[in-house]
Amino acid sequence: MNLAAGIEGSNVGLNIGIFSLFVVITLFIVFRASRTSKTAVDYYAAGHSFTGMQNGVAISGDYLSAASFLGIAGAIAAYGYDGFLYSIGFLVAWLIALLLVAELLRNTGKYTMGDVLAFRMRQRPVRAAAATSTLVVSFFYLLAQMAGAGGLIALLLGISDKGGQAGVIAIVGAIMILYVIIGGMRGTTWVQIIKATLLIIGAAVMTVWVLKEYGFNLSSLLGDAVAKGGEAGEKLLNPGAQYGLTGTTRIDFVSLALALVLGTAGLPHILMRFYTVPTAKEARKSVVWAIWLIGVFYLFTLVLGYGAGALVGPEVITDPATPGGTNSAAPLLAYELGGTVLLGIIAAVAFATILAVVAGLTITASASFAHDIYANIIKKGAVDDKAQEVKVARITAVVIGAVAIVGGIVANGQNIAFLVALAFAVAASANLPTILYSLFWKRFNTSGALWSIYGGLTVCIVLIVFSPAVSGKPINPKTGKSASMFQNVDFHWFPLDNPGLVSIPVAFLLGYLGTIISKDRGDAKKFAEMEVRSLTGAGSEKAVVH
Amino acid sequence: MSTTDQGPPDSGPDWETIQQSAEFTQLRRRLRGFVFPMTVAFLLWYLLYVLLSDYAHGFMGTKVVGNINIGLIFGLLQFVSTFVITSLYVRHANRHLDPVAEKIRHDVEGDAK
Repeated sequence: MNLAAGIEGSNVGLNIGIFSLFVVITLFIVFRASRTSKTAVDYYAAGHSFTGMQNGVAISGDYLSAASFLGIAGAIAAYGYDGFLYSIGFLVAWLIALLLVAELLRNTGKYTMGDVLAFRMRQRPVRAAAATSTLVVSFFYLLAQMAGAGGLIALLLGISDKGGQAGVIAIVGAIMILYVIIGGMRGTTWVQIIKATLLIIGAAVMTVWVLKEYGFNLSSLLGDAVAKGGEAGEKLLNPGAQYGLTGTTRIDFVSLALALVLGTAGLPHILMRFYTVPTAKEARKSVVWAIWLIGVFYLFTLVLGYGAGALVGPEVITDPATPGGTNSAAPLLAYELGGTVLLGIIAAVAFATILAVVAGLTITASASFAHDIYANIIKKGAVDDKAQEVKVARITAVVIGAVAIVGGIVANGQNIAFLVALAFAVAASANLPTILYSLFWKRFNTSGALWSIYGGLTVCIVLIVFSPAVSGKPINPKTGKSASMFQNVDFHWFPLDNPGLVSIPVAFLLGYLGTIISKDRGDAKKFAEMEVRSLTGAGSEKAVVH
Repeated sequence: MSTTDQGPPDSGPDWETIQQSAEFTQLRRRLRGFVFPMTVAFLLWYLLYVLLSDYAHGFMGTKVVGNINIGLIFGLLQFVSTFVITSLYVRHANRHLDPVAEKIRHDVEGDAK
């Protein structure tokens, strides 16, 4: 296989053509949406005017990143069952959002996570803390998406030199910034809806196609995947191929599983989506739509992963010469099934996915900065001119977009799934304990919020920096490189790649200790107001009618 | 729209009285009585699955029908349980939470305006 030519049979012109069509159509829609995006509530929360179903589709668009689509399908093709474990954690996590977070959050906040915390605590310190953790989580997640873009470019456009890839990452980043600053949340939401629809339909078509090849018999598909896997084939159906090697990797897996299931309801770009609907009931509907769409999509990736194993074969997918590595499983399968045209479509959808997720993250980070830090901390909640606040948000979006482009170029080639897992661990440690305490615990106070956010964030990041994922993994004789981020150094002392097992309980504990140590008994009146409002929706932010 | 994020001014409804009303305590009991046990249940169920996948490879690899093994069935059951809990919650909310919440909201907002 020729590296420079990308995937064999890939028609670069066709791939770019289909992707450009997506960009033109979505930009047109974003421009239309911008005509009604004048005020802060439009820019941050699309005027609270999307329906539950629309927002549900948009949530699945935000959530089903390139890591889900290419990463999970690739992991199943290469490691079999262990790839499937990711998708289960990613899905079950939504029950926490549904049962404990979505509706109460919609009823008590306005645009950001900081709003909910600021409800009954001292505004400035908790908003600063909420904005800090929002920016950190968004940064890790952005880095993961942009790092993935580089591999995808190699795979789909046949650009193998790092300089060329950097150029394309910059173009992708620039388009994304346009979406965000022109369309605000309304435009970004439409981009998510279109992308999610394309992605789910594309995956559905391929799934039916694969199953048809096997007479709709899942067992014979699995059998063929095993046969193609050669000696290691039988292991593909059993758990443990990736994580079952040693006692440490097993504990690492528990740690990962915990971060996945507890991280989702703390991801700022997901939390912010609950504000785009008019009521808590619509927020509930949007989570229900999201759960069904995401669940069905992960079932598709199971078939696609084993389908790629059976029809393309793991030796091609794991071959170091294959551009994009295991991420290439789904595109290779598309080519095997439907030739150049289907490959072009799937390639364009994968690009659109990165673009849309990055846009969603950028608007969240910019909203958090403009609303929490600029409007409520610097201007002390007294921004006379709301247009000025939106202007700050737009400028922030450009800055974050630029940081994402540079970060993406630097992190090009890092493992996407790993970076995403880190974002989940940080979200589960820094955000989830604070949100839950704030909604359900009367005694919780400013000191507890600061302890759990800053404590969770610090513990999580320190453990990551001193984990084997960053330094000290043995050199792989096949590639001559260590699997760690930094080569030839070893400063790790924490044994696990995933910090969640330690950092999440520590963050919950710190939130508890910080609360009871402080003399602040909390404001009973404020808690009464928050509790009544969160459960009934009384006095919540209403939709804006244009 | 108010310029601060502290909600309505102090002259608004008497939140503490509403919070202690029989209607509201019933709403809170119905919500917590459903979501807390359900959260514990699905987390334990998920944890069981994770630990079995991690430490009971032999058991999970037992074939049941053709190439379909216990691990795959267990994994698919996690999807089923997620869908079922979602539907149960929606039914519970429609029947037992929304009517009470709407009534309280009407009372509060009618009173505030």
